[in-house]
This record gives sequence, C-alpha cells and structure tokens, in this order.
Amino acid sequence: MAIISTDGLAKRYGRVQAVADLSMRVGAGEVFGFLGPNGAGKTTVVKMLLGLTRPTGGRAAVLGAPIGDRITRREIGYLPELFRYQPWLKAREVLELHARLIGSSSAPSGTEIDRGLGEVGLADRADDAVGTFSKGMQQRLGLAVALLGAPRLIVLDEPTSALDPSGRADVRAIVAAVRDRGATVFLNSHLLTEVERVCDRIAIVDGGRVLASGTLDELLGGDVVRLRVTELPPEAQAELAEFGPVTTAADGWLSIAGVPPDRQPDVVAFVVRRGGRVHAVDGGRRSLEDRYLELIRRSHS
Amino acid sequence: MTILTIARLTIAEAIRRRIVLVLIGLTLVSVALTALGVERLVSLARANGTNDLQVQVGVSQVLILVAFMFSFVLAMTAAVLGAPAIAADLESGVAAAMLARPIRRAELVLGRWLGLAGLVVAYAAASGLLEIAAVDAVSGSAPPYPFLAVGYLAAQAIVLLTLAIALSTRLPAIASGAICVVLFGLAWMAGVFAGIGAFLGAGPLVGAAEATRWLLPTDVLWRGTVYGLEPSLIGLVAGQRVGAAANANPFYATAPPPTALMAWSAVWIALVLGLAVWSFSRRDL
Repeated sequence: MAIISTDGLAKRYGRVQAVADLSMRVGAGEVFGFLGPNGAGKTTVVKMLLGLTRPTGGRAAVLGAPIGDRITRREIGYLPELFRYQPWLKAREVLELHARLIGSSSAPSGTEIDRGLGEVGLADRADDAVGTFSKGMQQRLGLAVALLGAPRLIVLDEPTSALDPSGRADVRAIVAAVRDRGATVFLNSHLLTEVERVCDRIAIVDGGRVLASGTLDELLGGDVVRLRVTELPPEAQAELAEFGPVTTAADGWLSIAGVPPDRQPDVVAFVVRRGGRVHAVDGGRRSLEDRYLELIRRSHS
Repeated sequence: MTILTIARLTIAEAIRRRIVLVLIGLTLVSVALTALGVERLVSLARANGTNDLQVQVGVSQVLILVAFMFSFVLAMTAAVLGAPAIAADLESGVAAAMLARPIRRAELVLGRWLGLAGLVVAYAAASGLLEIAAVDAVSGSAPPYPFLAVGYLAAQAIVLLTLAIALSTRLPAIASGAICVVLFGLAWMAGVFAGIGAFLGAGPLVGAAEATRWLLPTDVLWRGTVYGLEPSLIGLVAGQRVGAAANANPFYATAPPPTALMAWSAVWIALVLGLAVWSFSRRDL
C-alpha cells in the first residue's frame, strides 16, 4: 500500500506556481528522500500532505485517507522546517502537550516521553525551559516530538539544518531505527549526502515537479568505472564497449557504465594489455550530486 | 478535550511569562494610589464642611473616572493579549507543529479565546471589586450595583479580545492590536456623538453613530458600567438640569443599556468568534 500518493498535486499562490503537477508514490517502510533546490516547492508539498496548506489542484492521499484528514494525523509525526516550540515550557512539557494533542488511547505515557528525550540526547535537559536551548537542541526536541507515539509516517523537513556532524549522524541512526520498526520516513532535504546515505528511494524535484525518482541505482544508472588513460589505441578503446557503454570526457577520463566492482580489475587489465597507460581509476558509481546537478540544470535550461 | 488543553496552555503561558504577576502588581499599585487619593479628597471635603450627600456624589464621580481609566487599561490588555494569540504562534512556527496533530483549527482558536477570556474576566473582577471595596473603605460610599458594573467592564474587554483574536487569524499581531485600539476609541466617540446628535435632532449623525455602536458594542457596555456605578440621585439632578443632553456625556447613565443592544453584544461575540474560526480554518499556513 502506498503511504503517500499524489496525483497532479498543485499549489498556486497568486501568480506564483509553487507546486505544479506533482505525482509520486511512497511505499510502506521506505525512507523516501525528497530532494530539490531552495524554492523547489518541497516545504509546500510537505504542508499540503499534512493538511496545513490546501492544494489548488490534483489529488493526494496519506495513509489511505485524503490529505487533511484529521484522524489520520494521529499516525503522523512532523518536524517542521521552522522548528519552534513554546520557549517557556520545559522539554518534557512540550512532549506532554503533544501527547495530549495526539489524544485517544494511543497517547504516549510518561515513560515513553522520557525514552523519546533519551533517544534524541536530551535526557539530562528534560526539565530545562526550551527557551534556554541552542538551535541544535531545539531541532533534537523537534525530532522527539515527531517520533512521539510511534507514528506510522514521520515527515522530517530539513531535519539536520541546525545540527553539527555528530548530530547529523544521530539523526541518521534514528531514521534507520524508525525504518527498522516498519515506519515510513519522508525526508525533505537539500543535503545530498544525507539523502544518499539514508534513503531507499529518492525524488528530485524542481519548480514543483518531480524531475526523476527511483532507487539510487535507478537514478544513477548502476555501477560505473572511470579511468584516466593515455596511449590507448582507438581500436582498443572501441573494444572496451564489450564491458559496457563507453563515454569519453574532454579531460581524458573514460567512463564505462554497467561494470560491477568485481569486473573492474578486468577492465584495467584489458587496457594495460592493449598498451594503454592507466593514471587513475575511480570505481565508484556516478555521484548523486552529479545526477542532481544534471537534472536541475536541464530543468532550468 | 483539546479546547481545554489549549486554554490551560494559554493561562500557563500568561503565568510563566509573568503577565499575571505584572497585572496583579499594577492593580495593587493603582488601587492603593486611587484609595489614597479618594481618602485625601474626602478628608479635605469633610474638613471644609461638605455634607455626606455631596461627598457621596463626589466619590461616585471619581469612581466613574477611575473606572474609565480602568476600562481603557482592561481594553488595552485584552487587545494586547488577543492580538498575538494566533499570529505570534504562526509567525514563530509554534502553530505548525501543533496543527499537524489531530486537532481542529477551531479548537486552537476557541481554546486561545477561552484561556484569555478567563484571564481578562478574572483580572476585571479582581481589580474592579478591589477598587470599589478600597474606595468604600476610605470614603464609606459604595456604588449601587458594583457586580453589574464590573460585569459590564469585563464584557467590554471580552468584545475587544474577541475582535483582536479574529484579526489575529489573518494579520500580524501589531496590526491587530493597533486596529483594536483605534476602533475602541472610535466606538467611544460614537457614543458621545450619538448623544449629541439626539439632543440636536441631527438624524444622520445619530444614524452613523448608532451604526458604529452596533458594529463594535464596547461603548454600550461602558454605559452599563457607568449605570452600575452612578447613584440614582445623580440621574435625578442631571435629568432636571440638562435633560436629553446628559446622554451625550459618556460618564453619565441612569438606565442600563437597552436589552436589544445587550443581546446584540452577546450575539456579536459569538459571530466574531465564529468568523475567527472560519477565517483561520481557511487559511494556508
């Protein structure tokens, strides 16, 4: 079952088309990365999914209910991009307030609240006023609020924007733990490395449209071996196509797509055997950054 | 129940942010100062041979002036508390996290209103009755309907609070507050013009002024406060001397506000609160 599905979702603010014809599916148990440049309409999409903003076109459903359905929101946790909580409340009280707002029998208990604060590294600040927290600590608190009550869907809008490297690592671990218990994570971010490390599937959006989506392999086209080679006879270069499609860059790098890591030494051996001189080998696949920039540039051109 | 959770949160915020403490402190200072002033005036008047009836009339007029000052303070308090009630949470981002929960937007608006209305009523009742009791203690004269007077004062503040919250669902806090202050002044002036117009027989002036009183019924409730504080003796004297012109005086009332206008005030609060809920429910965050 799709946890999130949108079909031609659109939002227009006066003359500005923030989101145009956005269609995507997020499956159960996935960590879904929603990538795009600033102003791509990512936060608007998140707000529409949560019923905070009303679409001007298209359809969308979250957890099987039309967006904006109030009861469904019991099963959604949300960390807003602009994360602010009552500065005069203690961290524990913020979670108690949200537990009451969740309502029903699924409302988390005091023990769960303590565990939640511990999970984000705020156990020893539970009784301090939020107003005394650094931005990073407030974002950690926001994460605890989003995780409260073990929701089936957790929407994180730029969850590491205020965090230091160790905080970012903590968030990655938390996201992995959430996935392990079967929940779905919708991660809105423009941090490519972040998305690359934790997401099962990714959508790259710009101008309120999905430019590409799929698993990392689908997006990046599988394994690629890149070699910087000189003195390779042209006929030998043509024969390299047996390993996969070959592209030549102006800087002397050859790229051969579709070569898994265990076949890459064979490529190097072939080149050497045919008289080529190998100066460097890059066995990684194309980076998400390269693919992302290519898509964004194409969308702007 | 979510409305009560939000109301409690609102009251807790006022207490934690020391708003309640400041209001209590200012009330005690102003009650002490006015009681001291009244006591000095009464002592001087009695020393000069003024009789008890004259003292009673004098004290009642001082009390009405104090009530006027207090009604202004109360109205401003209501506007200042109500104007950021929704807007500040939207601007800071606090509202987004809360409204992503399974709550209705109406519950946030009504909870905010309930909490702030509770604070305003408690403040009006405690300060108003304390002031009346202090003046009574130093002068021996008490108004005819102290509870009624305080009730009207509180109702006037509720009207402004409701307006401020409704504006707050769409406008920044500072704009909502400014609009409330201006409209409060205009409504008060409209009350004066309605009285003058009636005395002069100026129909269009009366019509415009009356319309304003219906649009924002704060002045109607202020007249109720004056009625609750005014000894009946004053009405008799003033009525004989200046007749209908006395109605133009915003510090004079010998009858409670018309029932229709009173009922309208209650309906007005419900309507504007409904408008606030509707406006906030339709707004994109």
